[in-house]
Amino acid sequence: MLEISHLIKRYGRDEPVLKGLDLTVEDNSVVSIVGASGAGKSTMLRCINRLVEPTSGSIKLNGTELVTLRHGQLRRARRKIGMVFQGFNLIDRLTVMENVLAGRLGYVNLFQAITRRYPDADIERAFVLMERVGIAHYANKRADELSGGERQRVGVVRALMQEPEVLLADEPTASLDPRTSEQIMVLLQSLASELSLPVLINIHNVAQARSYTDRIVGLRHGTMIFDGSPADFDKEALDAIYGGIEAPEDELAPPAAEEVSDGQE
Amino acid sequence: MVDDADLLAERIWRRHNPKQQLIRYGAMLLTLMVVIWVVSDIDIFWPWVWDAPNQISSLGARMWPPDPARLSEIIAAMIETVHIATLATMLTIFIALPVSYIAAQNTTPNRACLWLGRFILVSSRSVNTIIWALLFVAIFGPGVLAGILAIMFRSVGFIGKLMGEAIEEIDRRPVEAMEATGASKAKVIAYAVVPQVMPAFFAIVILRWDINIRESTVLGLVGAGGIGMILQGAIDTFAWPTVATILIAIIALVLVGEAVTGLLRRKVI
Amino acid sequence: MAKSDREASAPPRTWRKPPFIANPWVRYGLLVVLVVYLVWALGTLPFNWERISEGLPRAARIFGGGFPPNLSRFDLLLTGFTESLQIAILATLLGVLLSIPFAVMAARNVAPLPIYLLGRAVIIVSRSFHPVIVAILFVAAVGFGPLAGILTLTLYSIGFVGKLLAEEIEEIDWGQVEAMRSTGAGYLATLCYAVFPQILPRQVGLSMYQLDSNLRASAVVGIVGAGGIGSTLMNAFGRYDYDFAFAILLVIIAVILASEGVSGWVRKKIW
Repeated sequence: MLEISHLIKRYGRDEPVLKGLDLTVEDNSVVSIVGASGAGKSTMLRCINRLVEPTSGSIKLNGTELVTLRHGQLRRARRKIGMVFQGFNLIDRLTVMENVLAGRLGYVNLFQAITRRYPDADIERAFVLMERVGIAHYANKRADELSGGERQRVGVVRALMQEPEVLLADEPTASLDPRTSEQIMVLLQSLASELSLPVLINIHNVAQARSYTDRIVGLRHGTMIFDGSPADFDKEALDAIYGGIEAPEDELAPPAAEEVSDGQE
Repeated sequence: MVDDADLLAERIWRRHNPKQQLIRYGAMLLTLMVVIWVVSDIDIFWPWVWDAPNQISSLGARMWPPDPARLSEIIAAMIETVHIATLATMLTIFIALPVSYIAAQNTTPNRACLWLGRFILVSSRSVNTIIWALLFVAIFGPGVLAGILAIMFRSVGFIGKLMGEAIEEIDRRPVEAMEATGASKAKVIAYAVVPQVMPAFFAIVILRWDINIRESTVLGLVGAGGIGMILQGAIDTFAWPTVATILIAIIALVLVGEAVTGLLRRKVI
Repeated sequence: MAKSDREASAPPRTWRKPPFIANPWVRYGLLVVLVVYLVWALGTLPFNWERISEGLPRAARIFGGGFPPNLSRFDLLLTGFTESLQIAILATLLGVLLSIPFAVMAARNVAPLPIYLLGRAVIIVSRSFHPVIVAILFVAAVGFGPLAGILTLTLYSIGFVGKLLAEEIEEIDWGQVEAMRSTGAGYLATLCYAVFPQILPRQVGLSMYQLDSNLRASAVVGIVGAGGIGSTLMNAFGRYDYDFAFAILLVIIAVILASEGVSGWVRKKIW
């Protein structure tokens, strides 16, 4: 169970990007977070695994407070939080297998990491997961030889290799074509139920959010303004979230400060 | 541009408008004044200048034909030259990589390390190989060690600076992904930084090896080993045909070095 | 897919990182070659360990004598630098002007084959020799002093600027040349109107770069007697006058950094 309370994030002296968010995600549920660019979706996700330092507030994963962790403790906590990125964030020059095994980096020692001598159990798990998503035959191919959808599958498997207790997906389909992005959404949804894993998905595409997730959270200017089931997500909610800012499908919106680190393919 | 329109109306065409004209004349005048100052001030005995072509051609005539008598000695010295360049390049890698790591903005542990790294790079690059050689010959005496150290001290700045830039230019996203898996700093570097800078690393080392071969041909002129020692000796004894042989050997060495580096570049990168 | 099925049927699967070099013979062969080379190189190089072991105390003495650097003979230092600057300026001017004809000669698209080979040969030869070697030959031919330095750096500039310029000429937009030829322009007119305007911006930038690199090199060619600050430095070293030598070194570093900054700034302005 993931519990976020009073989460505030402020960059320098600017207006806060997140203004006291409260959100609780039960195990085994898929939550989509929608909102315009700059609403704070990406910052919120990155606060959970502390790629972005929260200014104040509390984030608890299965009872462990994440915000106060330091160094080694933080790294051990991050092992339990898988993340899937918009730009896939694969290491292009390494093979698919090495990318997948990189998900185990938090568990193996430095010698094993550098020589790529991972425990047999990790390799077995890698093959099982890669077969599950249909990329096992690419194991020894270089990551940059794959297509976008295949690369995102590598990204998903890498996150699952961590044996995560929660999976964060930051715009996992924004760099993919519509058909492939549907496939990735189906994959995330079914993996969540197979592994009974809570999944948080930042997403631009409201239609996909409605059809593949159990719960929709709407953010606007760093505040939560909608929280309910897809069935309740009506025209009014849509206008409240995007109204006067931009069209929901507009992906060419100017990148906000929080999304600088996001990849643009 | 308005005056141009007037001029064009009267069908007068000038290549440059008055302002451009002024800048051009200003630049020319400045250059001319600098040249006049240099020519009038420089400590040159002018009759020698007019005699220089004769002197040079007579030196050329004395060199011809090249004398291959000491060829085996020259070849041995050439091999020594290559050894100096190669060993120095290899050893440099071990110093340059840590320096580039602390001198790159995105990997440096802290400000102090960043400035230390930059200081090492700048001081290494601003002192020429032959001046380093002069210093090391004074310390360790004439010989190959001084040469190897001189080449190393100059190459650290070159390889370190370019590698530092390569590290600064990496894609940040894999780094972020590795951090998100809970990997420690060392593992993040091994997985997200090292693979990205590998091609640049090979290209830079090969390039520097090529440069080092040229540089090591002159080390001997200050006593730091290699072919330069024999060249200096031959010049001191006015053995001009031997000098010609050495020069030809140097050209051959440089061309072979270029061919080898070209081959390596194609094979490795 | 067949491959993954086969892998699925064998339960305890293993995976090894595919080696960097696929062929094991080549892989281990290269390693053996490397070791043999290192043994050979280190074994045959004549290290004078006895002399080297004296190095540390000597280093202490040299650095001890070198600090604090002695700036009392500032005029000598200034004279040396002025001469270096003069050498660099004259050599850059001559070199850049002379590099133009050589670049035209060495560009395959505007020069006939025999001329091209001659131009290339001149450029290759002047690039093969380190300026210090050229300097020592010119010192032998025309005597000690700045003249040898100017000649050396002129040749050095011709080699460097000529090569880059020739490459630039080979990459020009050929349509402009055809347009000039179609108007009936002669060879020189075509060069002036269709070739030079295309390479001029590059040439100006290169000249600034070359002035900077000639200034660096002029500090070095002096070491073999070709004038400038290098000669002053060599004299100081020769007289074991380490505090003055270190003062010169520090000033050389400062001047090089300043000149690098200025030339970088000018190039940014022009390009």
